[in-house]
Amino acid sequence: MAQLTINDKTHVVDVDPDTPLLWVLREQLGLTGTKFGCGIAQCGACTVHVDGVATRACALPVGSITPEQKIVTIEGLSPDGSHPLQKAWLALDVPQCGYCQTGMIMAAAGLLASNASPSDEDINAEITNICRCGTYNRVRAAIKLAATGGDATTQRG
Amino acid sequence: MTIATTLSRRKFIVGSSAAVGGLSLGFHIPFAGQALAEASATTPEVNAWVVIKPDETVMIRIARSEMGQGTLTGLAQLVAEELECDWSKVTTEYPTPGENLARERVWKNFSTGGSRGIRESEDYVRRGGAAAREMLLAAAAAEWKAPVGECSVDKGVIAHKPSGRTTTYGKVASAAAKMTPPADIVLKDPKDWTIAGKPLPRLDTAEKLTGKQVYGADLNLPGQLNAAIKACPVFGGKVVSFDAAKVASMPGVRKVVQVDPTAVAVVADTWWQAKKALDALPIVWDEGPNAGLSTASIAEMLQKGLDADDAFIGTSVGDARGALAGATKTVSAVYAFPYQNHATMEPMNATARYTPEKCEVWVPTQNGEASLAAAAEAAELPVQKCEVYKINLGGGFGRRGNFQDYVRQAVRIAKQLPGTPVKLLWSREEDMLHGAYHPTTQCKLTGALDAEGNLTALHMRISGQSILAAVRPEGMQNGKDPVVFQGLTENSPEGHLGYAIPNLLVDHAMRNPPVPPGFWRGVNLNQNALYMECFMDELAHAAGVDPLAFRRKLMVGHEKHLATLNAVADRIGWDNPPPAGVGRGLAQIMGFGSYVAAAAEVSVTDGALKIHRIVAATDPGHAVNPAQIERQVEGSFVYGLSACLYGECTVKGGRMEQENFDTYEVMRMAQMPEVETIVMPSGGFWGGVGEPTIAVAAPAVLNALFAATGKRIRTMPLKNHNLAA
Repeated sequence: MAQLTINDKTHVVDVDPDTPLLWVLREQLGLTGTKFGCGIAQCGACTVHVDGVATRACALPVGSITPEQKIVTIEGLSPDGSHPLQKAWLALDVPQCGYCQTGMIMAAAGLLASNASPSDEDINAEITNICRCGTYNRVRAAIKLAATGGDATTQRG
Repeated sequence: MTIATTLSRRKFIVGSSAAVGGLSLGFHIPFAGQALAEASATTPEVNAWVVIKPDETVMIRIARSEMGQGTLTGLAQLVAEELECDWSKVTTEYPTPGENLARERVWKNFSTGGSRGIRESEDYVRRGGAAAREMLLAAAAAEWKAPVGECSVDKGVIAHKPSGRTTTYGKVASAAAKMTPPADIVLKDPKDWTIAGKPLPRLDTAEKLTGKQVYGADLNLPGQLNAAIKACPVFGGKVVSFDAAKVASMPGVRKVVQVDPTAVAVVADTWWQAKKALDALPIVWDEGPNAGLSTASIAEMLQKGLDADDAFIGTSVGDARGALAGATKTVSAVYAFPYQNHATMEPMNATARYTPEKCEVWVPTQNGEASLAAAAEAAELPVQKCEVYKINLGGGFGRRGNFQDYVRQAVRIAKQLPGTPVKLLWSREEDMLHGAYHPTTQCKLTGALDAEGNLTALHMRISGQSILAAVRPEGMQNGKDPVVFQGLTENSPEGHLGYAIPNLLVDHAMRNPPVPPGFWRGVNLNQNALYMECFMDELAHAAGVDPLAFRRKLMVGHEKHLATLNAVADRIGWDNPPPAGVGRGLAQIMGFGSYVAAAAEVSVTDGALKIHRIVAATDPGHAVNPAQIERQVEGSFVYGLSACLYGECTVKGGRMEQENFDTYEVMRMAQMPEVETIVMPSGGFWGGVGEPTIAVAAPAVLNALFAATGKRIRTMPLKNHNLAA
């Protein structure tokens, strides 16, 4: 049994404490925007925020999380896809297959929360998620667009 | 994009299809998209490609699969262009493979690979859009009792100028459905395009930003159970026994099943429970005849092929062997390319529900019809009793096309729990151990230079694995695999060599290790371009000639190849010296019907490679969406350079050694160079864009590395070489 605070709601889930947060989100709570990619915290597809810090949920046992810790998933990042990063992502049409992109956005949101104006080096150091389609340059551009509060609506396409 | 259920609730009468003999088919899909399905069910299609609803929504049917490459948007643009509808009203849906079968393949080929999505369906999808337009116009004209020639359409609004009347596609769509399709269709000249040819945003972006996009791995059908699987990690090995009792009481476990002779699965309430139990399950394997196989033994086998007498000839011009024997100066080198895993971000998965009357599969697939065939085979049911619902893919790259192993497994598991939907999801480890690997080859190149530094003869001997021999033997030509020679043929429109070499021999000693090969994005063009283009660089240096000038001399009569090469040379500033410490490299090839070239600037500091700049040019004939082409080109460097820099699946004890991204490294943000893309469609042909550029990524970088350091890397990947030494 674990009590978790996810996207501002309290959930009590009946799982083994060694169950990774990823699988509780996906299978107990139906929050499938957080993806399974590797299971060993390598690829970042499962990135969520724990108390504002980008964290890889596939290697985080729910038993190690306290009810006081605030977990935010992609579904809770904004109510309607209006987070500046989501708007920048839409403006620059970043995704290809899209599977890694929710994790990318959560990692980027974690970065911007602690560093409002990241340099290329900051982005390289903090965004280590894997994308096999190869969207990295557009991810970088979208992070910068969101950071500068650029007018996303004029930059589509 | 709606999940592939919307058509399914419409009941349609099948004509005289031999396959189903006039059955009325109605599928019941208990999830997702039902509201839309109900709406769609009340609106008859104008034709197979177009449904227009009373609210003016234009639903365009897409038979090829969207896996990130943008085909969904591009094909919709082509239909919409001819349809002359309002692009802002366009949505898309996938017809199902079962419907395609029942309707005598009205949507033709579902296969999405070989960069063929657009180029091999552009003609008939444009005709579909044009036919629908004519029927809609005819319906309006009939309603107005006016000559159809006096009616015109702009963005879905039909006008009869003489009377000043207007109507809309949505209003006449039902009547249009009853019109006779036009006998003759004249397609627009691409120069008149207003929707196609434009860099429009993708149709499928928004849901990928919020987590709403459903991938196969995300499915959760009512009553669904979840399966984790383990196949014998040694290629060709089998299950001897397993002790199900040891895990039967673990939380959530419902059943432990043998899937086929090679694999065991645990079915549980959740996937995590299934995986945990599978990890605890004692399994005894018979490792079979390949337990001694290693990368070294495979390399030895291939090496022997480099000078062997048994070889299939792919290209032969003049007398290369004779010219080489009599040459005063020859240059020779041996290259090697290792196994690669596709490593899609979404691991393989499929969800199946079996009853003796019906087998249904939900699957991210590059080929819905191949999935349907696999489902029928595994279910041991007639194909008419099976159906496949395509789900968007979390990457494909060739892994989700031919193979369908995960579909067979899912059905064989579901068959042991009749009536219950079971989602089979592979772990990353399973995905890495049971790939359809980019084949391994070696290549020995020998060239002859005359006193003036001209290349007079070239023998390119490829030794290694044939993909077709393993996965599509019907494509073999008297034992030869023609796909081995991608990009190296004399005159194939798919990809011919851009050099006029007076004496040329390209041949292949087929050596097939017992490791399953597959079509990996770019396929054989990848290593062929690497071998040819790096060796061209070697020859140029041996001749003491600038690599660009050396190539240009050989490219007479290959103007389109030359144009892309010139474009990248120009843009990178080849005629001006690079910054200190920076080296420049070039590569060009033709593949998948398109001409591509790349130029790279790199430097090495303390043994670490830095790629400063990439310029890439593509001539695909026609550019349906230049923005999507740019992204495919940019992504091609990630895929191609991941392989060049890090990619390697090594074999030990008959199994792959790399099981996850910690040992199978791929390119990440920090390694990603700037990519400048030049899209230069020259018209007159249709080429693909998803794959060809991958092939020039590695040779451009390796040639630049040589220019910067004098180090010639001939064995991939680069990580195994010490650049500091």
